Amino acid sequence: MLEVHDLSAAYSGKHVLKDLNFSLQAGEMLAVIGPNGAGKSTLVRVLSGILTPQSGQVLFNGKDLVRLTPVERAHLIAVVPQARSIPPAYTAWQVVMLGRTPYLNWFGQTSAQDDELVHLAMERTSTLDLALRLVGELSGGELQRVLLARALVQTTPVLLLDEPTTHLDLQYQISLLKQVQDLIHRPAGWALANGHGAPGALVVLHDLNLVARFADRVLLLVQGQLRALGTVSEVLQPGLLSEAFGIALDVVQNPIGPHPLVVAR
Amino acid sequence: MEKKHTARPYWIALLLLAAAMLLSILVGSVPISFAAFTEALRSGTETTAGTILFSLRLPRTILIAMTGAALAGSGTAYQGLFRNPLADPYLIGVASGAGLGAVAAMSLRWPYTTLGLMAVPLAAFASGLLTVAVVYALAKVGRAVPASNLILAGVAVSSFATALTSFLMLRSSGELRRALAWLLGGATMSGWQPVLALLPYWVVGLGILLTLGHALNVLQFGDEQAQQLGLPVTRVRRLIIVAASLTTAAAVSFAGIIGFVGLIIPHILRLLTGPDYRRLLPLSLVGGAVLLLAADVLARVLLAPQELPVGIVTALAGAPFFLWVLRRSRQANFWS
Repeated sequence: MLEVHDLSAAYSGKHVLKDLNFSLQAGEMLAVIGPNGAGKSTLVRVLSGILTPQSGQVLFNGKDLVRLTPVERAHLIAVVPQARSIPPAYTAWQVVMLGRTPYLNWFGQTSAQDDELVHLAMERTSTLDLALRLVGELSGGELQRVLLARALVQTTPVLLLDEPTTHLDLQYQISLLKQVQDLIHRPAGWALANGHGAPGALVVLHDLNLVARFADRVLLLVQGQLRALGTVSEVLQPGLLSEAFGIALDVVQNPIGPHPLVVAR
Repeated sequence: MEKKHTARPYWIALLLLAAAMLLSILVGSVPISFAAFTEALRSGTETTAGTILFSLRLPRTILIAMTGAALAGSGTAYQGLFRNPLADPYLIGVASGAGLGAVAAMSLRWPYTTLGLMAVPLAAFASGLLTVAVVYALAKVGRAVPASNLILAGVAVSSFATALTSFLMLRSSGELRRALAWLLGGATMSGWQPVLALLPYWVVGLGILLTLGHALNVLQFGDEQAQQLGLPVTRVRRLIIVAASLTTAAAVSFAGIIGFVGLIIPHILRLLTGPDYRRLLPLSLVGGAVLLLAADVLARVLLAPQELPVGIVTALAGAPFFLWVLRRSRQANFWS
């Protein structure tokens, strides 16, 4: 669905991403991991059209994303940003409705169908009872779910989540990723709305144990280069991780669950 | 689900506007009683009251109302554009920059005809646009425009423009001295000519601004998110700057440099009706008109029969307000 070919990107001449090749399939959660400065957020910025790649291509079903207008791109890719820069005085409902922007006219006129989609997305992310609250009053976890709902009403086949669990309490980290996973694997009702089928999600994550628990595939970035790409058990290898993060890490069998555990030695 | 957008705020605003306009027409060095007012409405310019009303008071009232609307409208747009509650055409220096352009045009040739008068806002627009570009470039740090930088750059550029303006006025003699009173913010040019000369700029500038509510809402989330939500950010920003500067130029050209209206009105309205720019923009036009009309009435009444420049009144009210906003935004840190 989303294919990345020989992608390189740079900030003021300095390489941040080098010759990346990977793809994102519909219905999968691809986790992007790597040490700080590996280029994870840059990857999100390039894929969402904020930063123009230096070379290489990002194709959606064969269409070059770089050449699309912001509106066309926003029909295909929705981003869940980190919850920091959200103006506090809007209501949660208003914030989610802004996800409909690519479908609205210049005046931002909304229709009953837009209302319905917002309602559905807020229901799905358990934020409906927050609809009339100001987002400045919400907890980090609530706000992050509101932003997820905003991305959902964009009804795009691709979701990009940039460290959505940073600053969240543990229970919110898990419930948020559960919701994303649920959407991808069981898109019932949702797929009907966007006509693309199940979306695919690229999620930048710090916590390797969340990766082990939720990701379908994992992409390990080191210094802007793809170090490994594969299933959880293929990428979460002690050798690979220790080298990438510069600290001795072990991957052990979880005594109480099916997912492996990553621990510092 | 959403709180219904009621028409009530608009009705209240328009009612206030009607009251302020009536007050502005009736109050002055020669007070017009309500009876004389209704009489003049019937008989036209035949009576003295009628002449005062139609050729002096009414055009002045309308000019003041248009100016107030333009100041508050552009203030709202600048605040949204820079995502900064302290942005105001006066504080960020655009007003002074536009003023310089206006004075430069007048010093080339004092405008006696309506067509000549229409050149003044054009010059003001050009130099206002240049000013906002300079201030923005000076204040920018990476992709952000910190509030303190914006104000500091505004003060610096504004001082520079004001110095040049003073220089121009000192060099010239005669008619331009009238511009001194103008600069302090008093509608010293009377009659219908300035109103007519202003009208096209005012209509175009505010007409564009009024369509930008939704775009401004999206922009509040920052350039990156706005673009990810499908907004053509660069184009929209450019359009806002052009429209807001055109509006500022329209305001400055014939009423002088009047501070703080563009700061106070959007701020109060945001507290009253929330941050939705689709409502803030139209309401701020009416609110700005009401505020400036009230300030103008005060300016005429306080030391009657002497008239204060209205800019003094708005500054006396606005500067403390500015400090209050500054304090509030520090405490709540609500913008960053």
